[in-house]
Amino acid sequence: MSDGRINLKLKIWKQSGPNFPGSFADFEVQVSPDASFLEMLDELNNDLESKGLEPVAFESDCREGICGTCGLVINGQPHGPIPKIATCQLHMRNFKDEDTIWVEPFRAKAFPVVKDLIVKRSAFDKIMYAGGFVSVNTGGVPDANAILIPKEKAAESFDAAACIGCGACVAACKNASAMLFVSAKVSQFALLPQGQPERYERVQKMVKVMDDLGFGSCTNTYACEAECPKGISVRNIARMNRDYFVAKVKSANLEVEV
Amino acid sequence: MATILNAKIPEGNISEKWTNHKFNMKLINPANKRKYQIIVVGTGLAGASAAASLGELGYNVSAFTYHDSARRAHSIAAQGGINAAKNYQNDGDSVYRLFYDTVKGGDYRSREANVYRLAEVSGNIMDQCVAQGVPFAREYGGLLDNRSFGGAQVSRTFYAKGQTGQQLLLGAYSALSRQVGKEKVKLHTHKEMLELVVVDGIAKGIITRDLLTGEIESHSAHAVILATGGYANVYFLSTNAMNCNTTAIWRAHKKGALFANPCFTQIHPTCLPVHGEGQSKLTLMSESLRNDGRVWVSKIKKDMREPNDIPEEERDYYLERKYPSFGNLSPRDISSRSAKEVVDDGRGVKGGEAVYLDFRDAINRLGKNAIEEKYGNLFEIYETITGDNPYNMPMKIYPAPHYTMGGLWVDYNLMSTIPGLFVLGEANFSDHGANRLGASALMQGLADGYFVIPYTIGNYLASDKPELIPADHDQFKKDKSGIEDLTKKLISINGKHTVDELHKKLGRIMWNKVGMARNEKRLNEAIDEIRNLREEFWKNVKVVGSAEGLNQTLERAGRVADYLELGELMAYDALERKESCGGHFREEYQTEDGEALRDDQNYSYVSAWEFKELGKWEHHKEPLEFEYVKLATRSYK
Amino acid sequence: MGWLLESLNSSLGKKFIMAVTGICLILFLIIHLINNLTLFLGPEVFNNVVKNLETIKPLVRVVEVILLLIFIFHIFNGIRLWIENRQARPERYAVNGSSKNADVFSRTMVQTGSVIFVFLVVHLQTFWYAFNFGSPLTDLHKYYEFVADSFKSYAYSGFYIAAMIILGVHLNHGFQSAFQTFGWNHKKYFSFIKILGAVYSIIMAVGFGSIPVYFLFFYGGN
Repeated sequence: MSDGRINLKLKIWKQSGPNFPGSFADFEVQVSPDASFLEMLDELNNDLESKGLEPVAFESDCREGICGTCGLVINGQPHGPIPKIATCQLHMRNFKDEDTIWVEPFRAKAFPVVKDLIVKRSAFDKIMYAGGFVSVNTGGVPDANAILIPKEKAAESFDAAACIGCGACVAACKNASAMLFVSAKVSQFALLPQGQPERYERVQKMVKVMDDLGFGSCTNTYACEAECPKGISVRNIARMNRDYFVAKVKSANLEVEV
Repeated sequence: MATILNAKIPEGNISEKWTNHKFNMKLINPANKRKYQIIVVGTGLAGASAAASLGELGYNVSAFTYHDSARRAHSIAAQGGINAAKNYQNDGDSVYRLFYDTVKGGDYRSREANVYRLAEVSGNIMDQCVAQGVPFAREYGGLLDNRSFGGAQVSRTFYAKGQTGQQLLLGAYSALSRQVGKEKVKLHTHKEMLELVVVDGIAKGIITRDLLTGEIESHSAHAVILATGGYANVYFLSTNAMNCNTTAIWRAHKKGALFANPCFTQIHPTCLPVHGEGQSKLTLMSESLRNDGRVWVSKIKKDMREPNDIPEEERDYYLERKYPSFGNLSPRDISSRSAKEVVDDGRGVKGGEAVYLDFRDAINRLGKNAIEEKYGNLFEIYETITGDNPYNMPMKIYPAPHYTMGGLWVDYNLMSTIPGLFVLGEANFSDHGANRLGASALMQGLADGYFVIPYTIGNYLASDKPELIPADHDQFKKDKSGIEDLTKKLISINGKHTVDELHKKLGRIMWNKVGMARNEKRLNEAIDEIRNLREEFWKNVKVVGSAEGLNQTLERAGRVADYLELGELMAYDALERKESCGGHFREEYQTEDGEALRDDQNYSYVSAWEFKELGKWEHHKEPLEFEYVKLATRSYK
Repeated sequence: MGWLLESLNSSLGKKFIMAVTGICLILFLIIHLINNLTLFLGPEVFNNVVKNLETIKPLVRVVEVILLLIFIFHIFNGIRLWIENRQARPERYAVNGSSKNADVFSRTMVQTGSVIFVFLVVHLQTFWYAFNFGSPLTDLHKYYEFVADSFKSYAYSGFYIAAMIILGVHLNHGFQSAFQTFGWNHKKYFSFIKILGAVYSIIMAVGFGSIPVYFLFFYGGN
């Protein structure tokens, strides 16, 4: 240690493209404990670049835990060892001098690696395109206060809507299941009066697309909830299950079209 | 020759302008709308709402984002809320009052007609968002809840916890998703706009780089909409996201679109201070903390004691002292500047660049539980980032660049000086004048996207009848090869400095000399230094990797190259505006007690700059006339 | 019927099958345990119980066929889920952090399930086959004595006891998991369901496990 900085050994996944094999590369860094994890990688990259070496590719944007862009698996845990934060909010004071840190991308068939630590999460968007909305056009809607919503329901809906779409739930799940993500969106609308007209069609469509994209099934390990930076509850999954079965039993539609 | 710009403000009383204008605008038959191709760049609040609304109307829309998903745009990080003149609280709010507050809050440097329209459609935005299923905060009776925000005496701010921007963006993103699913909007992710294609003076398309493959592509359209956000990252450290940049609007500017009021930047007073060289961005702590936190510094210079060891009588609660009636809740520009003053005086936290935000008295008065209930999650965020517990130790805060009021100049129809190029949201200069009030940015982005552009773009298409130019037209080819050359050039320099190092240097120049307080001498120095740095950049930047495939260094290099030009223009603009107003404070123009001194006689205009050549701009003006709001000195004492 | 197959083949449908069959097996185990505990009441009672079952043989056969089908569905579907779920993550993590975000019960369902399957085969072979198709002892309707005899072996009893502990582990997750799958996860009641599941699992493990313990250590017999 020098000037309070800590020395760390990094084992970072390097992979030049989706169709190339990857492997871990070793790096050593000295970093201030006040730096964030991504700032530590920034410093590493700046060093690499000044030596003319290729930096480690990773994604981030807002760096305040809301955009959902960043997402690394750190020592086996998505977004690192501290609960309820995104990778960008993880600070180096949570590591000790001389620690070895393994950094991997989110791993799932539905999230192929783009490069190094970047994965493609467009599968989430595809699920959204299938039904993650209330079908209203701009204009011609009732006054905002014409729809009464109990405070508790609104709060519960908000808690589900707080999902940042980072994909940590998929990364944490031993089955790479996307149920927490999908159920959060299904629940947000299922809890609100605005979502009722399409409630049962929506859940069928979103689940169908989710299944087609190669995510695994939920086996109720609840790892998703434990690793979710927003603490989205698995009760949303229960709600989605219920809505799905009700939809299947009640709906007169024989086929789900998406 | 400098010209007087025509904003094409409709005739009539201010309350009838938009209504009349909507009636007078030409329409396109529903069946014909699908014959039109529209490009929307950016998928934040303004871009997503515009793309979705235009798709719903029947236009063929191509939307572009450099993110992996439309949901990541930085609108998502807005915390506080969104204003709407609903008067649900029966406290005397009205469209007129919101209009009035916004013009006043903007220190009388915005266009009355635009601001009035913004206030007018603010209610529709709330209706729309609620219908989309945005889970706003509610009261026990099931009605929407409101809170009050800086610069207003009524409660008109709607919110969804501290994540209003996220919820609104996800609402717009859901509307966009619906259109993508219906194939009315083609969404291009991971594609960054690098050039605007202008044929015979009219915007005809864009050139993009696929950030995954490196491919440079041409896209043509009948009209182009830019909704690409602000440029606060010119300071390197700001509350903006890492990827926020000026490239789209800057390249359009270089193709002929005028850039208005570039020096109007908002420095937000409550951000976490810089911890060291490696810092990548600054985090905003919600302004709401100032409701119960007291801002102070030591009365002694370079006081190295721990805050809890500084006795009460040696503390200077400078906001309460200087602005007794607004105190800790003084507007953003004033609070920020006061913090800078005490820091410049050597009285910042341990002589450094931070001031204390102290909850001790509030905790003693209301109890720890009450404070935890109100601010618990913010305190947690603070502790996560800094490692300090704000219940026992005052927070350390310092101002940081947050929002840019300046942007591409647009007329009342949101069209830039290039026909066919529309600019929405933070990317245009429009509605906030010299200072933006809290909870107004979300309102403006959505007003532009949901309720203004769907009308005005139709009018443009119907009256100007622009042609669709094929994407293999000579101009497209020329611009495409221009971008390819630029890319090659950036990579071939292979110099000594990394992109980040140069960006940090630029940031320091901007922060020190074109930051919270400006003067002629420092602005001139800044111009020289930026020019030198720009030269250094093009001689000595080091971009590793290749133009093919993903290359994040290359992406950043292109953006920094643009900042190095924009920074100079910001300094020019600040130099030209010999007055202090809103976020622009010129030390030469202040009252005896250090307050901003506006000069309505000589500077009641929008400065719009025309790009001539590198480092050379022509100055144009749009005079601002205040028919409805009386010009007055803002006072918060 | 296309919609039904499609529904049951969806990720949620497969979970539904697991939960429904699981709940059926949970109920079956209760009856089975009650039946077995009559062993503690002595040879006469137990032998009578088995003999009484003989009198309603056709009904027992029907129930057995249904049970068999439930088992097959549960096992086949579980294996299928396991394979598909593994395919959802072709490349594994170098560092497995799952112990930090999920409990051991939920993570090991396929392993505990496999052990229980092996146990089931052995168990059916020893008892069900013997009771139905005879052995020297059971021909004389000495079911009780046959059981006592079987558990004399330390190896066999040890295996039996271990399997019952594993069954408890399996049930502990399966019980609450079924409720979650049906969508019956309520803020107020779910913690109660979890406790109920744990209590049920312990009763099953201890109840079934107590039988070999009894015969091994406390039964003087013969």
